[in-house]
Amino acid sequence: MSSLRATGLRKFYGEHEVVAGVDLELRPGECFGLLGPNGAGKTTTLRLCLGLIEPDAGEISVLGMPVPARAREARRRIGVVPQTDNLDPDFAVEENLLVYGRYFGLATDEIRARIPGLVQFAGLNGRTHSRIHTLSGGMKRRLTLARALVNDPDLVFLDEPTTGLDPQARHLIWERLRQLLAQGKTIFLTTHFMDEAERLCHRLAIMDNGHIIAQGAPRELIARHIEPQVVEVYGDGAERWARETGRRLSERCEQAGETVFCYTRNADPLVHELERHERLRYLHRPASLEDVFLKLTGRELRD
Amino acid sequence: MIAKQLALPAFSLRHLHVWRRNSLVWRKLAVPSMLGNLADPMIYLLGLGYGLGAMLSDVGGMPYIAFLAAGTVCSSTMMSASFETMYSGFSRMHVQKTWDAIMNAPVTLDDVLLGEAVWAASKSMLSGMAVLLVAWGLGLLHSALALWVIPVVFLTGLAFAGMGLVITALSPSYDFFMYYFTLAITPMMLMCGVFFPVSQLPAALRALAQVLPLTHAVDLARPLMNGAVPGDIPLHLTVLAAYAIAGFYIALVLTRRRLLQ
Repeated sequence: MSSLRATGLRKFYGEHEVVAGVDLELRPGECFGLLGPNGAGKTTTLRLCLGLIEPDAGEISVLGMPVPARAREARRRIGVVPQTDNLDPDFAVEENLLVYGRYFGLATDEIRARIPGLVQFAGLNGRTHSRIHTLSGGMKRRLTLARALVNDPDLVFLDEPTTGLDPQARHLIWERLRQLLAQGKTIFLTTHFMDEAERLCHRLAIMDNGHIIAQGAPRELIARHIEPQVVEVYGDGAERWARETGRRLSERCEQAGETVFCYTRNADPLVHELERHERLRYLHRPASLEDVFLKLTGRELRD
Repeated sequence: MIAKQLALPAFSLRHLHVWRRNSLVWRKLAVPSMLGNLADPMIYLLGLGYGLGAMLSDVGGMPYIAFLAAGTVCSSTMMSASFETMYSGFSRMHVQKTWDAIMNAPVTLDDVLLGEAVWAASKSMLSGMAVLLVAWGLGLLHSALALWVIPVVFLTGLAFAGMGLVITALSPSYDFFMYYFTLAITPMMLMCGVFFPVSQLPAALRALAQVLPLTHAVDLARPLMNGAVPGDIPLHLTVLAAYAIAGFYIALVLTRRRLLQ
């Protein structure tokens, strides 16, 4: 049985179709990523799956329960890390966990027994009595994650869990999410960080303008959608070089601002050629999920 | 979609978790909060009661300070319930996103809002009771009938909580609340028999006062505090309950529209 299944999901805001026929399936124990530029419909999809808003069409089942009909029941076994921190600023660390556990109908003793483990998980030992505003961004995120585990959920929703964090804090969050996967929990996360998705997700879907435009394992998506090698070229004359040489020596060549991206199966001729141009700098690297993402969703800014 | 927003509320005991959350915050600051809540009504009660009262013979068949004490119990309750559902409620709904966090747990918006309304009524009941206690200390209460004021102020608190939550649901920012205070709360302060009998008003305003909730709260509290059984009890209770129920329902529909779209 799948942990979450959505079929034909649609949601309109006025005339605008924010979710335009989405099909998703999460298998138990996997980490599934929903990727997309800002405004792609990721958060709306999450909110639909939590039963907080009603779809205009489509069916959702979460942990075997129909949503939104039995959403409240389903949420008993779900943990949620929202996009913006909504820890309770009126309470200290420990009280945040205690009060949140009560919303699940857990007895005070039961929650108190779980708190030391959750505080440890959040790396907040010694800070149990700290007020929320004294915590760093990374600490708040970790506490929000720990709070989402207070009911020992089977499925954890994370909406852009590492946005705004520094690299150290991001790595720590990733490491914690891997621990959760090792415990057998299912993770559903949205992100616009490709490295995050590539590192964590077993499978992912790329969403744009309400549609899922690609779905699969990260490596599989890279293999399917893009040439395996990338050479990025910068510097004066990069554009002219691309016109005269780059396009000839690569399968695909794109320009974004001052940078030229050459996609190819064999980068040797390109690299060899570039060695001769003193004024051009270049970076040769394997293709990543970000290249797939940019190919599929374009390079224009989304706000 | 519209039908869903207009659906009747579905309550459960889970609203108590919300009530309990708010009470836990309040307990941390209970003493300063109570003193703060008491300061404003006390200044009016003692200042006007003794100052102005000294120049007046009996008002409504009692010393002016006793007359004013009953009005102050009700206006203090009104203020407390309004502030709680508006400024504090708006912080929890819009600024801190506390309601969003709660709704990610297995608690519905219906229960969040009920918890907020009952909490505001509870807190405002304490404000009303604080003034009642002072009135007792000043020797202004005459019989145990005055204890009936406690349920009256709870119901009054529910009525103003319902209305406050409507304004909160509509409000884009804190500034918006000023309109409600200027256009609703202050006129009620002056027209509903808090400072002087409603009978002093011109006929048109007197008629208007009869449909305002504070008038009915005062009409119940004042006789009870002066050792008499109020007249028209069913009417007064019905008006207060109607404001509580209609206010809550409208607030719920508006908040569903605001948060659950």
